[in-house]
Amino acid sequence: MAQIRLDNLQKRFGDFVAVRESSFTIADGEFFVLLGPSGCGKTTTLRMIAGLELPSSGRILLDGDDVTFKRASQRDIGFVFQLFALYPHMNVRSNIGFPLKCQGVPRRQIDERVDEVAKLLRIEHLIDRPVSGLSGGDSQRVALGRAIVRQAKAFMMDEPLGALDAEFRHLMCVELRALHDRIHATTVYVTHDQVEAMAMADRIAVMNHGVVDQIASPQEIYDRPRTMHVAGFIGSPPMNFLRFNANLEPGADSIRLNGETIAVPALHEGVVDGALALGVRPENVELTDEGGIRGEVFGTEYMGTMQIVTVHSKHGVVKARIPSAQRVRMREQVGLRFAKERLAVFDTVSGRALKSRLFEEVAHG
Amino acid sequence: MVEVVIDRVTKRFGAVEAAKDVSLTVPNGELVVLLGPTGAGKTTLLRLVAGLDKPDAGMISIDGRDATAEPPALRDVSFVFQQYSLYPHLTVYDNLAFPLRAPARRVDEAEIRKRVERIAQLVRIDHKLANSATRLSGGEMQRVAIGRALVRRPAIYLMDEPLSSLDAKLRAELRVELKHIQADLGATMLYVTHDQTEAMTMASRIGILDRGTLVQVGTPHEIYERPVSAYVAARLGSPAINLLPVDALPANGAPDGTVSVGARTEHVELVAADDGPAEVVMVEHLGSENFLHLKMNGHRLVTLTPPDSRWRPGRRARLSLRRPLYFDAAGRTLQAH
Repeated sequence: MAQIRLDNLQKRFGDFVAVRESSFTIADGEFFVLLGPSGCGKTTTLRMIAGLELPSSGRILLDGDDVTFKRASQRDIGFVFQLFALYPHMNVRSNIGFPLKCQGVPRRQIDERVDEVAKLLRIEHLIDRPVSGLSGGDSQRVALGRAIVRQAKAFMMDEPLGALDAEFRHLMCVELRALHDRIHATTVYVTHDQVEAMAMADRIAVMNHGVVDQIASPQEIYDRPRTMHVAGFIGSPPMNFLRFNANLEPGADSIRLNGETIAVPALHEGVVDGALALGVRPENVELTDEGGIRGEVFGTEYMGTMQIVTVHSKHGVVKARIPSAQRVRMREQVGLRFAKERLAVFDTVSGRALKSRLFEEVAHG
Repeated sequence: MVEVVIDRVTKRFGAVEAAKDVSLTVPNGELVVLLGPTGAGKTTLLRLVAGLDKPDAGMISIDGRDATAEPPALRDVSFVFQQYSLYPHLTVYDNLAFPLRAPARRVDEAEIRKRVERIAQLVRIDHKLANSATRLSGGEMQRVAIGRALVRRPAIYLMDEPLSSLDAKLRAELRVELKHIQADLGATMLYVTHDQTEAMTMASRIGILDRGTLVQVGTPHEIYERPVSAYVAARLGSPAINLLPVDALPANGAPDGTVSVGARTEHVELVAADDGPAEVVMVEHLGSENFLHLKMNGHRLVTLTPPDSRWRPGRRARLSLRRPLYFDAAGRTLQAH
């Protein structure tokens, strides 16, 4: 297994900069997710690491070796596309062993390796079955087995779960992460689905327009997003933004929103005549009778234990995640109260979060 | 008063009974969601109401009249399919206006413009009215398809997984919008989905289907809190309800005949204990909360915990249940004492 270092990596296609001077290190054994909307450069980054694309400038180091200009086949990296297609005319053993057979590995070695993988995935008892009769979950495991049967230095996965429906995809996330916990292979995983990223990653790199906005653990990204793009991309529903204009002094620990004072984590930087946004996660919004910011209930979404209430306020749409037991009526006027220690203030022009106490806190646990 | 009544309807395809003696009323102004896995018979029922298929037995009445033998065109229904089907040679505007321009409807162009523009705004496609329908993204095409159904005022709107081809973010937005539009118009809707979130968040009432049989009808609250069977209980809730044999859990209040216990997050209480029987095997981050995967007596459980809780893989816990659901050998819900 290997550490992967990207050093000022850049990729241009003509005038278009797909990836802009990225530098970061993926630790040995890490499950690292590149997350972002389509066109953000995540797949290009992955393809450069794998050797399927040459960078315009910068270096890639695999366990300290400069592999920037090495062919894909010399890098010893496993590449996984769609996890799903199995060869229907082959049994489980042949499906898993296929990549090794293609490499011309001797039969006995293939058998040994396939047995090992089958044991790892807990499908030893299915090894001689045809794949056509397998349950959905077992088919997934076989597909996974085929992906990992080569003992590569690292695995690159490009939206491998993209074609699955939501529930199945979630099951597969759990399975993939559990597998990673057993084999600790360095894995770089590309997705546009924040739920997948949150569920599986040790660390997430959130990308936008070819730039890495933030690299951190899932909870850190969620709790302390550095940019509006990160805040708005992560979470379901994503972070709410309430827009306002203000002059703020360093040290300020409240803002004025429509005449109401709202406490925020103390700011470490000031802003003059700023076009700003207050960022608040739906679960940090409380509906009260007396709260200062007022709005009208536009919709409620029952989720079982919790409900999501959409409120239209003067500052924009605010979604609150509150217990289902709390009664809320359509078109009702409600007050909004925010959990002050969890709020972020963003500069809407640069999209950057203002430095504040929020970012000093130690991550959970 | 527009009401659609499905009365003891059966539909067979060869040896398969796609709908078995189904009775369901869609009251005026309600959004009724049919929920079930693939093959449960959801789409069959929708097609029977639309008149695209004929029932082998039973009756369908729309607005008080027997429509069972009526062809689709006479039924005054509007259908949105899973896959958008737009007229590729027309603009977005003309696609939306198309249903209103049918000769029989005689809507004048000024009125058409008014309705098209309003609906285009609702489905957020008003900035692309002049575009050709083929020059839209998948999400935009589906919004036009939904808009085209909404532009008319039929007796009932029939929707077959209209949001399933959209990405997660847009789906979440359109869910709220569509529910709001439905409430605004006072529209009567029969809506088919396999997505429990859509069913829970949009429905006035949900009908749960199991291999052609309608097994329960109720408000989302009723279905979630008082399911009639383990099958129904497993349809709603994220994470899915934990269904375990009764001897695997400390279920003290279990009534006679209990074979399995259904435990949702709100039924589970966890206390850290080094000698506890449950072990944390995985913590899955969602941001707002965590899925905690546990192993206990050889069974797996998943429950929600706050993101700042200190559970880590390997930690052990004692687990107790607070008013869980109990099921008999046939999977039927038993009343707790």
